[in-house]
Amino acid sequence: MINEESVVEVKNVFKSFKTVKAVNGANLQIKNGKFIAILGPNGAGKTTLVEIIEGIQKPDKGEVFILGKKWKGNENELHRFIGLSLQDTYFIDKLRVWETLMLFASFYDIGKKRIDEIIELMGLEEKRKSYVVNLSGGQRQKLSLGIALLNNPKILILDEPTTGLDPNARREIWSILLKLKEKSQTSLILTTHYMDEAEKLCDYIIIMNNGNVIKEGATTQLLNEDHGDKLMEFTFENFIDDIDSSDLPLSLNWDVANQKGFVKLNKVENDLTVFMNFIKEKGFKLKTLECRRKTLDDIFITLTGKHLNE
Amino acid sequence: MNKILRYNQLFQLIVANLKEVVREPGVLFWGIVFPILMSLGLGIAFTRKADSVMKVVIIENNKLPDSSSKLKTFINSSTKKTDNNLFSRKVVVAEQKLGNTIFLFRVTNWQDAMVLLKKGITNIVIEEKNNNIEYHFDPMNPDAQLNYIKLSKILNNKKIIENKNNDNIKGLTVSGTRYIDFLIPGLIAMGIMMSCSWGISYSIIERRTKKLLRRMVATPMKKSHFLISLITVRTAMNLVESLVLFLFSYLVFNVTIQGSIPALFLVFFTGNIAFAGISVFISSRTSNTEIGNGLINAVVMPMMVLSGIFFSYHNFPDWSISFIQNLPLTMMADDIRNIFSQTTNYSEIIYHSFILTVTGITFFAAGLKLFKWY
Ligand SMILES: Nc1ncnc2c1ncn2[C@@H]1O[C@H](COP(=O)(O)OP(=O)(O)OP(=O)(O)O)[C@@H](O)[C@H]1O
Ligand SMILES: [Mg+2]
Repeated sequence: MINEESVVEVKNVFKSFKTVKAVNGANLQIKNGKFIAILGPNGAGKTTLVEIIEGIQKPDKGEVFILGKKWKGNENELHRFIGLSLQDTYFIDKLRVWETLMLFASFYDIGKKRIDEIIELMGLEEKRKSYVVNLSGGQRQKLSLGIALLNNPKILILDEPTTGLDPNARREIWSILLKLKEKSQTSLILTTHYMDEAEKLCDYIIIMNNGNVIKEGATTQLLNEDHGDKLMEFTFENFIDDIDSSDLPLSLNWDVANQKGFVKLNKVENDLTVFMNFIKEKGFKLKTLECRRKTLDDIFITLTGKHLNE
Repeated sequence: MNKILRYNQLFQLIVANLKEVVREPGVLFWGIVFPILMSLGLGIAFTRKADSVMKVVIIENNKLPDSSSKLKTFINSSTKKTDNNLFSRKVVVAEQKLGNTIFLFRVTNWQDAMVLLKKGITNIVIEEKNNNIEYHFDPMNPDAQLNYIKLSKILNNKKIIENKNNDNIKGLTVSGTRYIDFLIPGLIAMGIMMSCSWGISYSIIERRTKKLLRRMVATPMKKSHFLISLITVRTAMNLVESLVLFLFSYLVFNVTIQGSIPALFLVFFTGNIAFAGISVFISSRTSNTEIGNGLINAVVMPMMVLSGIFFSYHNFPDWSISFIQNLPLTMMADDIRNIFSQTTNYSEIIYHSFILTVTGITFFAAGLKLFKWY
């Protein structure tokens, strides 16, 4: 049963380690050429889920189909279609960059021309002859991405490809991936802690927390749903336990732990006056007030009470 | 052809592993310099005999008049003064083949003699009684026995014979029978064991820890190619290391191979198979380098002690000998030794090679079955 469109299909996958439910019933489908992000804080189960997709870990329950096939018995064939980078892999220390690429290229019967292309694409020309052990963290991430791209994979799976990189290096990797999206039919699964990364690169976002998928949807839809896409964030001078907002015609959330409040805005011009009157009436002293676009982090906070990066 | 080879994964794996090994400066030291230093140190320590010094305590007997005391006459007429104030007299017996023996004497009372005995400074005390010389020593102590024999020989002769050239002693310095001839084959065998277990096991465990193993098997790489490449590189390195050690011992100690070279290669390769298999087995599951260290030592150490690398295992109790002889390291060391000295027993070598191969393949297969790639 080959589904023409879904390159990856995950059906009801569960995986636990002793008492930890690392993945608790995940479902997903990736269509050809689409980029999806799995977004979640540390320990959410992102790595476990992508390693199950990669065939590296076996699920306790559930099924994974890659190009309509199961891993078992098809490893050799499927490995040819997949390119991946693991969360922190080390390569052979005393092997040069081009030698490392050469080694991996030989696994796919790929020639020297592609190695040169990859070195150029990754901007590693100057490091071509460096030992892998002497690369910086960012250069090593690039090498890892380069190896993932060697075989022009149909499915690319990257586990936190930009964690620990400086903003410039992150943007370089983004632009490589955006170029890929434009020029090829590659599908991408990417895990990340960064909402801006997911927003910028991916068509579809899955938010995970404690092994559960707590929210998913097309990126644009996620950012625009509920009460519009704008939001007001405020803090007060003194400690506030609770705010009785029953007579406020807006939806207000008060985060006691962080001493921060949020109001969802529909029309800034109207809602702001309503809110300011409400504050005056109650006698609160505002310390800060900020209107901004809603981000995935806000969605995450509403769902879990904590930040993505926590 | 060349092009096919260049992009062949097994070839590339071998090249990559080889580069990794030779670019590691430690390899040069542990694999090549260290065995040479060891053979040099041990070879010199056990082949050139230094002068032997024997310290003897004589109990003073004031009741006897000087002229009738054999010992006093001996001390006064035959010994010379030394700079040593504890042992103030000496006799040097020069012997060309056995090396010089220097006897040092101290004349003192029993109390002092006991102190010297207890401190281990001397192991023989002599005393003159009733015109007889009595020797006091621990009969279980071979050094003291030797002292007694040599000492009685000079005390019974009135004159000290300088034995310039004792023709009755035939020095066994024929090559093939010296300690160094015993040592070098043992070091070669040990080198193969060490280099397989550290080289193969360690690099597997390290790659598993660093997640390189799982990265590599997530490609169409053949798992067997990965292991075969490690074993091939190790075998090649072992060949170089063994050759260098042999060449060195040939040039410095004139160690020669008197037996069959093909038989030697057979033992070398089957020994490599055995230890490569064992190494794959050791490293099949753990991803903890410390546990790995422990496992390797647990396998390597007992064999190093038991298998008669430095000293013959025939000193171990009889009941353990047949067990020791069946250890892979013993088989390899014994066979290499026999081939070097041409006491080659071909049927034994073929039998051992068969056992070594079966051992290697069994452990390899078991290891592969248990192997944790992720
Ligand atoms: N091999 C394992 N043994 C035991 N527990 C594990 C194992 N692998 C993962 N876990 C647990 O499963 C949960 C999910 O881990 P996972 O690595 O998938 O998280 P993650 O989302 O990738 O986190 P991060 O952002 O930190 O990489 C964690 O609680 C982790 O401790
Ligand atoms: Mg992770």
